[in-house]
Amino acid sequence: MTREYKRSDGRKNNQLRPIVARVGIIPNADGSAMFAFGGTIAIAAVYGPRQLHPQHMQNPSTGILRCNYDLLSFSVYDRKKPGPSRRSNEISKVTEWALAPALDLKEFPAQVVDVQIYILQADAGTRTAGINAASMALAHAGLPMKDLICSVAIGKNDKHLIVDLTKEEEDYEEGEGATDFAMAKLANHDELTLLQMDGKIQPNIIKDALKLGSEACKEVYEAQKKALKEVVKGDSDNRVASSSKSSNAQFPKRRDIIKEIIPDGGEEK
Amino acid sequence: MSYIENENNDAHEAVSDSGYSSDSAKRFVVVPGETIIEGEDYLPGEGTRREGSKIVSSKFGLAEIAGRVIKLIPIFGAFVARRNNVVIGRVTDITYSGWLVDIDSATSGFLPIDESPRFVNRNEMDQYLSIGDVIAAKIWSVKTKGIDLTLKGKGLGKLEGGFIFKVIPSRVPRVIGREGSMVNLIKDKTRCNITVGQNGWIWIQGESIDAEIKARKAIELVSEKVHVSGLTDKIEAWFMEEK
Amino acid sequence: MSGMEMSNLTRETLDKMFAEGKRFDSRGLLDLRDIEVTYNVSDKAEGSARIKMGKTDVVVGIKLQVGVPYPDSPEKGNLMVSGDLLPLASPRFESGPPGFQSIELPRLVDRAIRESGMIKFEDLFIDKDKVWTIIVDIYPINDDGNLIDASTICALAALKSTVFPEIDKDGKINYEKKTEKKLPLSKDILPLSFSFFKLGNSIILDPTREEEEACETRITFGISKWNSQYMLNSCQKKGVTPFTSEEIEKIMEVISKKFDEVSKKLKNFL
Repeated sequence: MTREYKRSDGRKNNQLRPIVARVGIIPNADGSAMFAFGGTIAIAAVYGPRQLHPQHMQNPSTGILRCNYDLLSFSVYDRKKPGPSRRSNEISKVTEWALAPALDLKEFPAQVVDVQIYILQADAGTRTAGINAASMALAHAGLPMKDLICSVAIGKNDKHLIVDLTKEEEDYEEGEGATDFAMAKLANHDELTLLQMDGKIQPNIIKDALKLGSEACKEVYEAQKKALKEVVKGDSDNRVASSSKSSNAQFPKRRDIIKEIIPDGGEEK
Repeated sequence: MSYIENENNDAHEAVSDSGYSSDSAKRFVVVPGETIIEGEDYLPGEGTRREGSKIVSSKFGLAEIAGRVIKLIPIFGAFVARRNNVVIGRVTDITYSGWLVDIDSATSGFLPIDESPRFVNRNEMDQYLSIGDVIAAKIWSVKTKGIDLTLKGKGLGKLEGGFIFKVIPSRVPRVIGREGSMVNLIKDKTRCNITVGQNGWIWIQGESIDAEIKARKAIELVSEKVHVSGLTDKIEAWFMEEK
Repeated sequence: MSGMEMSNLTRETLDKMFAEGKRFDSRGLLDLRDIEVTYNVSDKAEGSARIKMGKTDVVVGIKLQVGVPYPDSPEKGNLMVSGDLLPLASPRFESGPPGFQSIELPRLVDRAIRESGMIKFEDLFIDKDKVWTIIVDIYPINDDGNLIDASTICALAALKSTVFPEIDKDGKINYEKKTEKKLPLSKDILPLSFSFFKLGNSIILDPTREEEEACETRITFGISKWNSQYMLNSCQKKGVTPFTSEEIEKIMEVISKKFDEVSKKLKNFL
């Protein structure tokens, strides 16, 4: 493994950005959630299982999972024109492949489960945040699942293996440059469902990279579990809730995130 | 003309309890993939599975350990149609052989012309049930291509007056209550006709708009409380306050 | 939430209820739900806001770009309002090319804001053939009725919180650095929109999605204050069911009061 490496935001190699996770943010959806890694914020909604139209697309032996991922136009500094891009098309597909193994789609022949993922604010790791949000939303929708799916981006800056890269770290150019390795796995099983990599990484350190990623996924899992269980707690007190599916979710404002990075007693940036 | 009778009818399925074994059973929230309990003696109930020596959850819900069988009570989730379920549906189309009915399920419903409670002439189908009308029906068969419905039975048929609204389907047992105790309490206090569909859709029709509004509020309150005990007493108290 | 369409009996009951001045959530026919506005939905936007009106939830983000002016207004900047009814927000919204509702929403918000004169377009002029374009992107994330009015308020809030990005010495925009300079907006002009929905003989404001689906027609007015006078800036009637002139007059009688009521509420947020 690599020695201690100082990252520009002060994090250790294996340290994730502050996670914010909330479930039930979209009352109309069958399941919904929000997941943030630091400044990357994703929201996801699940509708289904429901009828699939047109009929000729139905598969009589199994249900279909349909994922749609996209960036909101103002989630990035250079405004993204509305409409699907090649990148969002690809990410939609790998997201579908990442999530499908957790579901038993044979229980829903001829039906569809629609997953919609949108990025409100992008600072690298958007597909991983999206998968984490979608995983919670699928569970929230009451779908039968083998496990939750957890996703993180592992990476390398020069020779140092790091976890949850920022945009700056994705653009790192010195030495061996930047490698970005997005992974997803079933939380409690050794099953990797997403593996996407760009950069320069030696085959003999993949093992370490995967170990680093799996450890980081445990933290994601804890956050997902907590967010799901909190929704139920909210329902069982004596508040007259206006909707049993909504929580008082707020998207994390920048101030909230800053509070979590700086330990108590620190000054604001 | 209404085919619904006010009194106890089997439009409400015999629900032996509100979905919970007893108040003393151990109950806690689990997410999919989480271990509920370990041990070879336990049997995995619906919504759970065995993985080696563990019983693991397959859904987000309340795990219940009350005996050898480990139960999972779903808290959220879409309606899963089963034979004999009573459902509330909206007519969406009329075909030669029957009516297409939206029962808010992943598979669409169909009411064959022969399953109406009285004889309906093929030329008069839309006079009996037209698009946008609401029915209380029973599911008599569930297939991949569609769900077949019938209106033959006590408490079933075309609904007139009142309104329909939705609660989460997994809360329906709570809304009905042990042997109908909750829905009967609400019917009593508001003097409304109420039919609760297993698909989460509920029909309320009363003597006054105020009574109908109050009945809806009461049902929504009940459906939002997931694991609160003594709910019937709490709702009684709520009615007292609302006077 | 369900995809089931409005049923005949529920519509009839809502008609009777409105005729008695009653609604399921105990509001009056012209009462609005509670409004909550928060800011900074995305720090990559020059300005952004989120509104919750009941369970209706909309986010709006503002991006500023430098571009060429329109040939007939060479010394004025531009406004472009766009957006999408995300399939996230409702079982009714589909992925794919925009349907009419998806196109109409940003256009109505655009007209309410543009015609009010709140934006001082001449102050967006930079140099010959160089002006600022304000791009407003509207994204409903939960549709529980009245998206148009909610989106207008949200867009207004987002615009008021917008600041210019830094321009470096080569004239390139550096979006990563924000200045303190706000958009050139008239402080006193507050463009709002009010959509009046009709069912039977009743007229309501701020319907829930259930109420909106029962209603037969809608008329949306953009309204603001100009030189201390209430000014209607835009109007659009939807659908085939007509309004009577008496109904329009009744709406005119209440609209200025509603404007005052809402602008007072918004003072806490803007």
